[in-house]
Amino acid sequence: MSQSPALEVENLTKRIKGKQIIKGVSFTLFPGEVFGFLGPNGAGKTTTIRMIVGLISPTSGTIKIGGRNVRTDFTEAMRHLGCIVENPELYPFLTGWENLEHFAKMDPSIPKSRLQEVITLVGLSNRIHDRVSTYSLGMRQRLGIAQALLGRPKVLILDEPTNGLDPAGIREMREFIRQLAREENLSVLVSSHLLSEIQLMCDRVAIISKGSVIRTDSVQNLLAEQERVIWKAEPLPLAKQLLSEETEVTEGADGTLITLYNEPLLPDWNEKLVKGGVKVKEMRTQLPSLEDLFLEVTGGESID
Amino acid sequence: MINLVRNEMLKLLRKKRLYVIVLIIAFLVPLFTYAQFKEIQDQREKLGNQDWRTVLQQEITDTQNRLSSSRIQDEWRKYLKIRLSQQQYYLENDIDPRAPGAPTFMRIFVENSIDLLLPLLVMVIVADLVSSEASGGTIKLLLTRPVKRWRILLSKYLAMLLSVSFIVLSVAVLSYGISGVVFGYGGWNMPLLTGFSVSGDELITDNVHIVPQWQYILMEFGLVWYVCVIVGTLTFMLSVLLRSTAAVMGIMLASLIAGAILANMVSSWESAKYFFMVNLNLTNYVSGMATPIEGMSLGFSMSVLAVWGIAGFIIAFVTFSKRDIY
Repeated sequence: MSQSPALEVENLTKRIKGKQIIKGVSFTLFPGEVFGFLGPNGAGKTTTIRMIVGLISPTSGTIKIGGRNVRTDFTEAMRHLGCIVENPELYPFLTGWENLEHFAKMDPSIPKSRLQEVITLVGLSNRIHDRVSTYSLGMRQRLGIAQALLGRPKVLILDEPTNGLDPAGIREMREFIRQLAREENLSVLVSSHLLSEIQLMCDRVAIISKGSVIRTDSVQNLLAEQERVIWKAEPLPLAKQLLSEETEVTEGADGTLITLYNEPLLPDWNEKLVKGGVKVKEMRTQLPSLEDLFLEVTGGESID
Repeated sequence: MINLVRNEMLKLLRKKRLYVIVLIIAFLVPLFTYAQFKEIQDQREKLGNQDWRTVLQQEITDTQNRLSSSRIQDEWRKYLKIRLSQQQYYLENDIDPRAPGAPTFMRIFVENSIDLLLPLLVMVIVADLVSSEASGGTIKLLLTRPVKRWRILLSKYLAMLLSVSFIVLSVAVLSYGISGVVFGYGGWNMPLLTGFSVSGDELITDNVHIVPQWQYILMEFGLVWYVCVIVGTLTFMLSVLLRSTAAVMGIMLASLIAGAILANMVSSWESAKYFFMVNLNLTNYVSGMATPIEGMSLGFSMSVLAVWGIAGFIIAFVTFSKRDIY
């Protein structure tokens, strides 16, 4: 992480009709990093992203892409950026190739050979000369990524990239994003409202709620704190008593016990239960839901 | 910039709008050709079996008689002289003024379509130029390129100018080509009177002179193009302001039709002459028809249109460069 940042967002605010929508968001992306932007719908993810890509002008704060300020040096900043904001909306009446050609023509630094490169990269060669209106959502998503990669950007911004994809498509997208970060040293900013998705895709994550970043941390740290173990054991009261001597226990629904996940101590806890005459039927780790995570991080504030 | 304009033209062509416009014109022209043809036939029947040369000769004699009258005003005398030379030209060159060729049809066609039909066709092309990008969401991809917003909008504006020119040109070509089948392709040099102006109830004939029809038509097409560009610019502005193409069309349609209605009933509401839509009928000034409101002249109407057009252009560019896109 000694490299210079690919994207710097500092103290970004946006006020719309007297209402503060974004309240001082700051974060930094480094090359080769996949950064997650996690928050419920309406938290300000898309507004922040739109400010980064220059669609909305911020009320205050600075955004630098590859060291260039988006507001004062728009053209140069945009040269380092590729993005899909919300759905990949391309021209349905043009073919995939024509769409790419259309966007490539807008930046004279893109050579014609680049088109074939990105098409191969996203694996659309077979259908590239068909009209986009005949494409499936997955294919549109891939074409969207192809257009974002045309200018060899340093920063790739994907707003809810797996929205509407089937499980196979989600996995493919995930692997593709990781591969881009690894092989092309791209910084990728991914927004999502699903923790499971962010967990599998990202290195670091910023949690956003009500227009502020409430926490920025590596995914591992965040999960280590928040991961839980669910116990199913008989008899329940005894198990609870034994476990509570070691750690904090809460009783879950349908007769389960929930403790923190603490890898080195877990076998000891289990041993203690077994020796104490409790039949342990099931032990499994569980990620907290985004809602739980929020309650945890915000200290009881509700999502909306 | 050339690449940007090319992009816009490609999108326009792929949306098949221009194609539809050409089809509409190609459908309407034969319709009007037939109507015109019927009218000529009707007139001929009224005249009975008389030769048109005899009728024209009678008219000439008539004019000469009036000229020789001593009570006639000087101005009027001048006008009659010009009229006489026009009639004599017809006779000498064997032109039947009531059996016009394709150029005459072309002229009548644009004179009648300048205030409604052509603006409507322009509107069909221009209405969704910007609003479709907004409603289709493609504007997000378009504006996150390393190109400044005003350049993107300018490329769209230039594409609009090209399409408007294309529409005017296809009206010219199609009306000439199709009507010529019936009326013949000759008549470019037929002399026409122009330079009338109206003051109060009086027709001022001071500046009346004869121009060959080709020059007359060129003049009228210039005015038609000008009107179409202004209507295009205003539609363009609405297309920037509104996301919904239907709303753009609705507003333009309402104001164009309101203009056609107003032109017939606002003669006493003088300030209505500053509306752009009552000023669209520029060709009337060439042919010397009465203006809907007193005090209107070719220069006045063109200036009013120019002010509306420039205002629309500025509003479009300022809003587009500053607007937040959600």
